[in-house]
Amino acid sequence: MGGLRLDVGLVDYLILAIYFATVLGVGFAARRAISSSADFFLSGRSMPAWVTGLAFISANLGALEIVGMAANGAQYGLMTLHYYWIGAVPAMVFLGIVMMPFYYGSKVRSVPEFLRLRFNRPTHLFNAVSFAVAQVLIAGVNLYALALILQALLGWQLWTSIVVGAVIVLSYIVLGGLSAAIYNEVLQFFVIIAGLLPITIIGLVKVGGVDGLFDKVRASALGDGGLHTWSTTGGTDNPLGASWIGIVFGLGFVLSFGYWTTNFAEVQRALSAKDMSAARRTPIIGAFPKLLIPAVTVIPGLIALVTVQGLGAEDGDYVYNNAIPLLMRDLLPNGVLGVAVTGLVASFMAGMAANVSGFNTVFTYDIWQTYVRKDRDDAYYVRVGRVATVAGIVVGIGTAFIAAGFDNIMNYIQALFSLFNAPLFATFIVGMFWKRMSAWAGFWSLFLGFLAAFALYILHLTEVIKFNSDLEQSFWGAGLAFVTAVVVALLITPFTPGKRDDELQGLVYGMGGMTGDVLAADRVWWRNPVLLGVIAVVLAFALYIPVW
Amino acid sequence: MERKLARLFDVRRVIGGLFVVYGVIVTVIGLLDGPSEMEKAQGVRINLWMGLGMLALGLLMLLWLRLNPPAEPDRKESDQEG
Repeated sequence: MGGLRLDVGLVDYLILAIYFATVLGVGFAARRAISSSADFFLSGRSMPAWVTGLAFISANLGALEIVGMAANGAQYGLMTLHYYWIGAVPAMVFLGIVMMPFYYGSKVRSVPEFLRLRFNRPTHLFNAVSFAVAQVLIAGVNLYALALILQALLGWQLWTSIVVGAVIVLSYIVLGGLSAAIYNEVLQFFVIIAGLLPITIIGLVKVGGVDGLFDKVRASALGDGGLHTWSTTGGTDNPLGASWIGIVFGLGFVLSFGYWTTNFAEVQRALSAKDMSAARRTPIIGAFPKLLIPAVTVIPGLIALVTVQGLGAEDGDYVYNNAIPLLMRDLLPNGVLGVAVTGLVASFMAGMAANVSGFNTVFTYDIWQTYVRKDRDDAYYVRVGRVATVAGIVVGIGTAFIAAGFDNIMNYIQALFSLFNAPLFATFIVGMFWKRMSAWAGFWSLFLGFLAAFALYILHLTEVIKFNSDLEQSFWGAGLAFVTAVVVALLITPFTPGKRDDELQGLVYGMGGMTGDVLAADRVWWRNPVLLGVIAVVLAFALYIPVW
Repeated sequence: MERKLARLFDVRRVIGGLFVVYGVIVTVIGLLDGPSEMEKAQGVRINLWMGLGMLALGLLMLLWLRLNPPAEPDRKESDQEG
């Protein structure tokens, strides 16, 4: 112990305390705006696009993401950029341009609700329950990660951190619902960036700029392979152990589209937008910061690799996951150190709040209101949502310790996503574009796709099938789940009754949806989702050129 | 009435307020930084620069709020003229 301990001063604690007070203040202020369940769970569908867009990216910018991506940067080098540029931006743009008209236009309140309308109740229940379970698990992982970091950095007891973190997130969501979560996410976005930026700046000064960094990486254990993204992917002889096929289809297509387009914790931010145009722009506005976030995650990972002696240990203080905390210890003086600690705490809260607000909405609307207590008054469901928030966090604390068994937390998250999201994406995409797909085909493709991914995961854990890395396994698991789900949909549909056309209005491509009214706001070029989306994708590919 | 209250509470005010406070605190620390802090930060006056940067971001948020206050929630059809 003590190796990671930061030299925090009074002023650093002051900065952290001001942040906690602000976040709680937002919860209290947002509470006054809640007069219905739509206000609590969907922010009354009133948010402007820049707010939902930043919340969208912030919901993904959890501590696990930051710490895990810096760890991946140190371990796999620039190939980690694939998680941003091919593994996120195209899917975010696809969500905004292609899928949002169905989500927002059909007035559903959640992703599972869309499945209920498009398919049937068993499909709905399976997805609602699996989503709720996954969100609680992931919230627990977030909580545990925060506690570990605070224990190492500040010397706080594990349980102190868990309780402080949980109580603050709990308070502002119970008080202010999704509005409080979204406002805090926007605030968190800026605090996270302000906290991480000094690490990159001072780190780059220390290693002699980008050129100095690349020279030192070339001389490190990672070697030249750590400085290329595509040119070494003809085979699997690269740091990631994955070929371009795995990267493009596994990560870039199935994993990424599965995560970004069907994960309600993300989609919920867009559903809270004030109109269709703002909803469509939400993920696309989020794509622009996403392009640049590697500057404060992957780059510090590489800096840590070349400046921190002994990084990459199997366990102890020098594991890859501590890349950012170690740099904070080495480089940041009091002041910016406090902002960085606050940024890390904020990022944990951002991730956890996204999971919790997704969970309480799905639990209340999709499980409680649909299957348990139907026709109560609106205020009743707001109360249910508040109780669900508390219960979800308490269960999350209990499951937090599952995370402890994995060497790289990010891989654990990837494994979970490959089980839940990949088959969901397949079911969605077939169901949205093929109106003939039957209700039961929806259920079986979702269920068997999940089973296929789960079986492969078990075979990997028991080492019956060997992969080059956990990450490679998650690519293949996602791919297998996707293919299984599509094949099952095609096989089952001919033998089961399809849905009537009038049941599919606004849910399937070519059946209502986009109207002239909806498109009116898009005429100004900088509000046009298609144009903005194309710019984001072009930028993503352009950024690859210098690190080919 | 509830909506009116919600309108007074704008996220730009929250971000602006927090960053002005952070900016002032960190700038002051930056002015007081001695040689040991400078050495740790590789000779960069990081507190001063980050402090001024955060202060500028906070003021910009407040300025934006001032120039473009939240639109009436009932007028759905856009804030085009802004």
